[in-house]
Amino acid sequence: MSAVMQEAAPQGAAAMVEVEGLRKQFRVRGAGFGAPAKVVHAVSGVSFSLQAGQTLGIVGESGCGKSTLARLLMGLIPADDGRVSIAGANLSQDAASLKALRRRMQMVFQDSFASLNPRLTIEDAIMFGPRVHGVPPDEARARCHRLLERVGLDPARFAGRYPHEVSGGQRQRVNIARALALQPQVVLFDESVSALDKSVEIQVLNLLRDLKEEFGLTYLFISHDLNVVQYISDVVMVMYLGKVVEIGPAEVLYERPAHPYTRALLASMPSMDPQRRTLQAPISGDPPSPIDPPSGCRFRTRCPHAAPVCGEREPALVDAQSGGARAACHLLDTASGHPLAGKELS
Amino acid sequence: MNGTAMNGTAVGDDVKRPAMLASVRELSVRFASPQGAVHAVNGVSFDLAAGEVLGLIGESGSGKSVTLRALMRLLPESRTRIDGSIIVGGRNVMSLSRGLLNEYRGGTTAMIFQDPSLALDPVYTIGQQIAEAIRQHLDVSRSEARARALEALEMVRIPSARERLDSYPHEMSGGMRQRAMIALALAMKPRLILADEPTTALDATVQIQVLLLLRELQQQMGTSAIFVTHDLGVAAEICDRIAVMYAGRIVETGTATEVLRSPRHPYTQALMASTIHGSMRGQRIEGLAGSPPDLARLPAGCAFRARCTRAQAGCADAVPELLPHAGHAVACHVAQATQPLRAVPA
Ligand SMILES: Nc1ncnc2c1ncn2[C@@H]1O[C@H](COP(=O)(O)OP(=O)(O)O)[C@@H](O)[C@H]1O
Ligand SMILES: Nc1ncnc2c1ncn2[C@@H]1O[C@H](COP(=O)(O)OP(=O)(O)O)[C@@H](O)[C@H]1O
Ligand SMILES: [Mg+2]
Ligand SMILES: [Mg+2]
Repeated sequence: MSAVMQEAAPQGAAAMVEVEGLRKQFRVRGAGFGAPAKVVHAVSGVSFSLQAGQTLGIVGESGCGKSTLARLLMGLIPADDGRVSIAGANLSQDAASLKALRRRMQMVFQDSFASLNPRLTIEDAIMFGPRVHGVPPDEARARCHRLLERVGLDPARFAGRYPHEVSGGQRQRVNIARALALQPQVVLFDESVSALDKSVEIQVLNLLRDLKEEFGLTYLFISHDLNVVQYISDVVMVMYLGKVVEIGPAEVLYERPAHPYTRALLASMPSMDPQRRTLQAPISGDPPSPIDPPSGCRFRTRCPHAAPVCGEREPALVDAQSGGARAACHLLDTASGHPLAGKELS
Repeated sequence: MNGTAMNGTAVGDDVKRPAMLASVRELSVRFASPQGAVHAVNGVSFDLAAGEVLGLIGESGSGKSVTLRALMRLLPESRTRIDGSIIVGGRNVMSLSRGLLNEYRGGTTAMIFQDPSLALDPVYTIGQQIAEAIRQHLDVSRSEARARALEALEMVRIPSARERLDSYPHEMSGGMRQRAMIALALAMKPRLILADEPTTALDATVQIQVLLLLRELQQQMGTSAIFVTHDLGVAAEICDRIAVMYAGRIVETGTATEVLRSPRHPYTQALMASTIHGSMRGQRIEGLAGSPPDLARLPAGCAFRARCTRAQAGCADAVPELLPHAGHAVACHVAQATQPLRAVPA
């Protein structure tokens, strides 16, 4: 299938973001001269839907495809396969529909510098989007000043400054104001608070909470910080090597993780208490390369419960017993042929 | 008057602690800059017992890395003014001759970084680098050095260590590179490890493995360590004692349990409150407002007072001394004047 994703209408009428079977591979040069090109399986069949007004947290270790997924959702790169719809409109790669998408969905990156043109003042950077979309200059400037004020930056002091003249936390506030300038319905954050000091991170997270209420926004929130994701998300999606291994309501997923990877990830969080230190690392090794990922279940090479079936067949997302969460693991499917399927694991 | 420097012991020291490996007294570091002198470290004193792990925690810019680099004698000598004394293993580090300095760096003391590329040379194999470092410090043959390099890789549990000797850093995953850097640092069996955010860039499941490995090797070898981190959870996992830094000063120090379970300094308390926990879901977090002071224009009195919710008029008069208070040491006029609060349950 081509990058054009047009047919099928969204099933759940109220879903703000609807993603089905999204795939993206990258071809990279092999090592050495004349070595054959290799394929990075960055995003391998991701599906989910997100209701308006909710926050979806996306977690997983580096290289599991979070940023690739973000770029696919933003239409910054074409998908190999799959379907994305935002606010009821299907995403396609033609210029007009991408421009329309920008009105509905905006993104804030981790690197507060990279996404701001160093030669534009903060005011010009925030006005840029609205101007491109035909908002008259006076109105765009007024909107910019309102937003600056709203994100806690006094327009009189900050509007005329350049990106390098403000702190990292302030720059990230500018990026948030810029993302909101087109009055989108959905905002995607890719590690947007990860580079900030804890005290600044909290100030920004509080701001994100308030803005969400005020403007009725829907958030996609990518982070490697499991505490922050638990704090901010209604629904959490766990990715491993390009696949969704578990998705469900935040409280269920953190209380009773069903997938062995989710369990390992949560058990890897440091304890915060010197009297109750972690005695053993939950799993060993690094995540394998997304070039030639393991057959069947991609987690099996690090899974303490792996059985032959795990290398033979890929597990589908099924309802986990924990109510409301879905996980892709043969252990959860009594018909899978896994010797421990359906049994309580310690 | 400063009782700390006068009687020659740092406050907050427990009588039960064994012999001191390192003693730092009134360390201050100033950098020349166009804006005037940057007061990066301002009178830091502490002792480190043999086999003990001291954590330096605090927001970015608080002087943690500069303190470590001073201990390693890595600061640029020309634009830097260093005062105070640093004794490690009975030797005055500030006055080491070039020859002794080479033995000290890498021999007595080894440093590990957040970014392994600061320690690993991309054009040599891991085996070459470790063997070369060993031969710089010990009079052994090439083959003996290689055998010891292999031992070092096995010690940090790099799988297929023998093959990995001939790998270049870029051929390894992030977690493996970090292990290789630890192997390089520990190959000479240093008495003091200086670790600057060594696990910060790693993914959760890898971070906990590297952290536990470091803890195990440090305990096995009886090495002392100074461990810089901004992550309180990481500090709880590995540190025996913790010193909290703010604007180049230690504002609170004690055992990890004392500092993390019953923080007394308003800054430490705010840091704890700013550490997001999933359990805070849905609540607004009252973190720390404002930002640290400009180190070229430090205010009179307590450097934290502008952000402190408990500041009083007297806080502007004098820099608070680090004095013992209910078990551990705090540099806060207000805390010193009040009864300690009950320990907060972890
Ligand atoms: N433009 C690209 N070309 C080749 N490989 C890429 C490209 N973008 C991402 N990748 C690879 O795809 C995988 C997923 O990357 P990414 O989506 O950035 O992961 P994450 O954000 O979860 O860390 C990684 O192995 C990465 O190296
Ligand atoms: N070589 C240098 N020249 C000038 N200023 C420096 C230098 N190294 C560090 N600083 C400044 O010293 C302060 C403390 O830095 P650092 O110790 O790196 O903080 P951190 O606690 O984040 O490790 C910072 O304000 C930093 O900008
Ligand atoms: Mg990413
Ligand atoms: Mg630092």
